[in-house]
Amino acid sequence: MAEELLACCYKVHGRDFDKGGETSTEIKSLLASLDLDPQLIRRAVIVAFEAEMNVVMYALEGRLTLSITDEDITIEMDDRGPGIPDLESAMEEGWSTATDEMREMGFGFGMGLPNIRRNSDGFDIRSEVGTGTVITSTIKLDGDG
Amino acid sequence: MRLDDISGILGCEILGAAQCDIDVDVVVASDGMSEILAFYSPHALMLTGLTNVQSVRTAVVADVQVIVYVRGKRPTDRVLQLAREKRIPILATTLGMFDCCGLLYRAGLRGAM
Repeated sequence: MAEELLACCYKVHGRDFDKGGETSTEIKSLLASLDLDPQLIRRAVIVAFEAEMNVVMYALEGRLTLSITDEDITIEMDDRGPGIPDLESAMEEGWSTATDEMREMGFGFGMGLPNIRRNSDGFDIRSEVGTGTVITSTIKLDGDG
Repeated sequence: MRLDDISGILGCEILGAAQCDIDVDVVVASDGMSEILAFYSPHALMLTGLTNVQSVRTAVVADVQVIVYVRGKRPTDRVLQLAREKRIPILATTLGMFDCCGLLYRAGLRGAM
């Protein structure tokens, strides 16, 4: 059984574009301090950042849980928000329901969820319309990306 | 290519204190931050017209080593402060994205995309 080395939880506020991304840059510093492979850090931080910005853009709030074992890094983003009615389309590159305001902030071009999946060894997304979305990404410590 | 050579080619203004004795081989160019992340290339130069805090945070996440803001756009002091904290040099040019890409390509740089 995998041994848990570290677990952290972060709260992410929806619509707070100014602070959006702050949590992920904190996570980057934390992972760097653990002397992990830079490629693993890069993949994990991209996952965290895209998940964080999704909450900032669409949800009311989210809880990001980062856990590291001797086998993998798991990032779970559990948000309270509108949910995603069409998950299949949402996973397609270029598909987006973003507003002009979101695009002016540099996001909402339909690359976020595909970027999360691309950087994950294990990926799961569950969503309930009117309740929220849970994204779980796992990155193996011995994976090759 | 050295950053000061790139700065000369694009007619850049250096915003804030920036270390210019760095080398760049690869360029990423987009106003969409997820595009920058999708075509990750460490130590790239990032061309963008997006001047908000997320441009700097994306650069941090993507291991971008220098940002050039195009189309004469200027970041706020707060964005410049964040870039200083993250040790990312910031330059600005009045040229548009297309011209910047063309000039840098002609000078030998290549894209990560």
